[in-house]
Amino acid sequence: MKIIFGTLLSAVFSVAALGQVPFERIVNADKEPGNWMTYSRDLSGHRFSPLKEITTENVGNLKVQWAFQFPNDASETSPLVVDEVMYITGPNWAAALDVHTGRRLWSWNRAIPKDYHSIGFGLVSRGPTVLDDKLYVATMDCYLVALDLKSGAEIWSSKVGDYKLGYSMTVAPLAIDGKIVVGVSGGEAGIRGFLDAYDAKTGKRAWRFWTIPGPGEPGNETWDGDSWKTGGAPTWVTGAYDPELKLVYWGVGNPGPDWDGEVRKGDNLYSCSFVALEAETGKLRWYFQFTPHDTHDWDAAHTPVLFNAKIDGRERKLIASANRNAFYYVLDRETGEFIAGQPYAKETWASGLDPKGKPIKLPDSDPKEKGTLVWPNMNGATVWFSQSYSPETGLFYVAVREIGSRYFKRESRYKPGTLFVAGGEDELPPDDVWGEIRALEATTGDTKWIFKLQSPPWAGVLSTAGGLVFSGSDEGNFYALDARTGKALWDFQTGGTIAANPISFTVNGKQRIAISANRVLYVFGF
Amino acid sequence: MTPCLARGTLPDILQNFRVLRRVTILLAKMLRLIVAVGLLLPLAVIVTLAGQAKTKKQTATADAAAGKKLFEEHCALCHGIDGRGGRGPSLNRVHLTHAADDEALKGVIMDGIAPNMPQGWYFDDDDVANLVAFVRSLSKVRPDPIPGDVARGASVYVKSGCSGCHILDGAGTGYGPDLTAIGERRRASFLQQVISKPPAALPEDFLLVKATTPAGETVQGIRVNEDSFTIQIKDPSGRYHSFRKDELTELKKLRGETPMPSFEGILSATEIQDLVAYLASQRGKP
Repeated sequence: MKIIFGTLLSAVFSVAALGQVPFERIVNADKEPGNWMTYSRDLSGHRFSPLKEITTENVGNLKVQWAFQFPNDASETSPLVVDEVMYITGPNWAAALDVHTGRRLWSWNRAIPKDYHSIGFGLVSRGPTVLDDKLYVATMDCYLVALDLKSGAEIWSSKVGDYKLGYSMTVAPLAIDGKIVVGVSGGEAGIRGFLDAYDAKTGKRAWRFWTIPGPGEPGNETWDGDSWKTGGAPTWVTGAYDPELKLVYWGVGNPGPDWDGEVRKGDNLYSCSFVALEAETGKLRWYFQFTPHDTHDWDAAHTPVLFNAKIDGRERKLIASANRNAFYYVLDRETGEFIAGQPYAKETWASGLDPKGKPIKLPDSDPKEKGTLVWPNMNGATVWFSQSYSPETGLFYVAVREIGSRYFKRESRYKPGTLFVAGGEDELPPDDVWGEIRALEATTGDTKWIFKLQSPPWAGVLSTAGGLVFSGSDEGNFYALDARTGKALWDFQTGGTIAANPISFTVNGKQRIAISANRVLYVFGF
Repeated sequence: MTPCLARGTLPDILQNFRVLRRVTILLAKMLRLIVAVGLLLPLAVIVTLAGQAKTKKQTATADAAAGKKLFEEHCALCHGIDGRGGRGPSLNRVHLTHAADDEALKGVIMDGIAPNMPQGWYFDDDDVANLVAFVRSLSKVRPDPIPGDVARGASVYVKSGCSGCHILDGAGTGYGPDLTAIGERRRASFLQQVISKPPAALPEDFLLVKATTPAGETVQGIRVNEDSFTIQIKDPSGRYHSFRKDELTELKKLRGETPMPSFEGILSATEIQDLVAYLASQRGKP
């Protein structure tokens, strides 16, 4: 038995040893559904698994296969699985695990400088990316690091931003053809945001797109005075890529200071927008701003979801997203043209969207000295965690936060490397707020079903060809719903708050589901 | 912004940094002392004395109003604009988990709590003292005039059967809140209200529930925990019940209700005053 196991293991390791990941493998991810080779499995941001061993019929039998304990708590990592090796990250940390057992094959870490300060968020890493023979990790102190996929040895590292000015990285980078795209956090520190691409082989910066245009550039006039210099607009959630159009799609975060719009009058481009950038040059092709002149911290911090569908009888290339501002949007991904949109959660700040998709703002929804009650709260009706699109059901799944809060405006002075937010909020009491998984008709945003959760969630959604939707709750439940009806079919108490995105892959051909819950990574299967 | 529940770094490494930082600071202080003693003794004495005077003055005049402003600017993001909590814990409590006293609270503000709470390295000593003054003011129980008699109140407590639901000084039944240090947490006027009109003074997360099983059994009690699939209830005898919500025939949430009876009309006004005085005197054990 031992010999057989040993032979199997060495077979696995020899596969792993050859396990290079040319970009074509990622583009053609559907050809090898047992792997999970990029943040959302495919470049379209679907977080959908074509695997169907686990179905609505048998999901009730899921059992823990193994668990791994992180060196950090509150893991938000979205693992990768390539050729039966799993890759995970934590803050300034990465590891490779044997998918059969969860045992560690290698790990890497980089000391966090003692004068590093995270400003407005915790120390987390949302996952790595892989290309050819390297694993890429973004660090808290704002370096992009390339590791040898086989050994974890550091190959190169490139400084992306200056952490002393509040730049940091929690994002899982995105590998596109020959380049690694990576965005920054710092929307509460008065940074000037940007999105970078680095040559995957050398680490040399290929391009930088400033999310706040400089003087003389179109859009700079949407910032009052010098406010563009400290206007935030970070890029802290992984984007999507269309290899045919060769466009990178990325969400841009909030303008700063968050709650005082008076000091930065104007629309504040390209904050709270999706931008479409040419992969070769980083040049802006189009943008769509969800929340002009945001004063509620509603970053467009979402992985864009790309799909094709017929609109008015014509096949269109679409990009969709449930935005933090409580509206769902469908746009044309070639042009950025608004196609459809409507609220998917309770909101009290806009009466609707105009024909161009611009919100019709209600009066008195801005934060005030004495507080302004608005739904959703500052974390939004949904936030960074994954939304999912199932090509099988045509439905778009989103974890919804039904929560309002009283927003306060206060004075704030910019001091490099410190908090620059100008206020805060008081959330409504716990029994007045709740969470949901919602299934929306992807082309319209019409709600198909709702599964109610005890509290506003902080976990992403995975859909599968087995007709299932997986997600997690703040109270530690990891669960499966029927993708067509929303009926709960299975749940497991993990014992820790779930603030991560699920993935699915195979081990020896058997389907597995993985999720991080606080400091434990669980892998389920039969 | 980048919200996250976000705990999570390499705590050991950070811990080492913190130790290293303390050691470095200590070494720097020692070096300064050696230099001062060796070369600049008279000046050092003056500086040190002046420093002490300043420190004392700061402690005496820590300005909670100035602290409030700083709090709103730097802390409200996580702790709520009035310290009632949000992504971070509430701070309007006498006993803060990580700060037993003001010195410890200063340490927490300066050093943060890895990995979630950032360091307040950019605050100067005045800022920190003012912040401490404000945070402490959030939980200060303003003294109300307490006309009642403590000793008589103790007999009212016994006579009224309070220990049937509450633990005080280790004795009683733990169904309702522990009253051992209730005088630290609650003002006399609040206690008076709870005793007279209990539903008017329920905490935000308090919920009385009534669960009915398919067998027709009902359990009414205090919700201890609830997630999307299960609920845990404590009944008046202190026994815990755990149910899957989809297996219950009915789950009633009795919002605004409490098992605590009103003592208005049962106790005389003087007895209530005495009971309030007794409870307000409960300051816990050191």
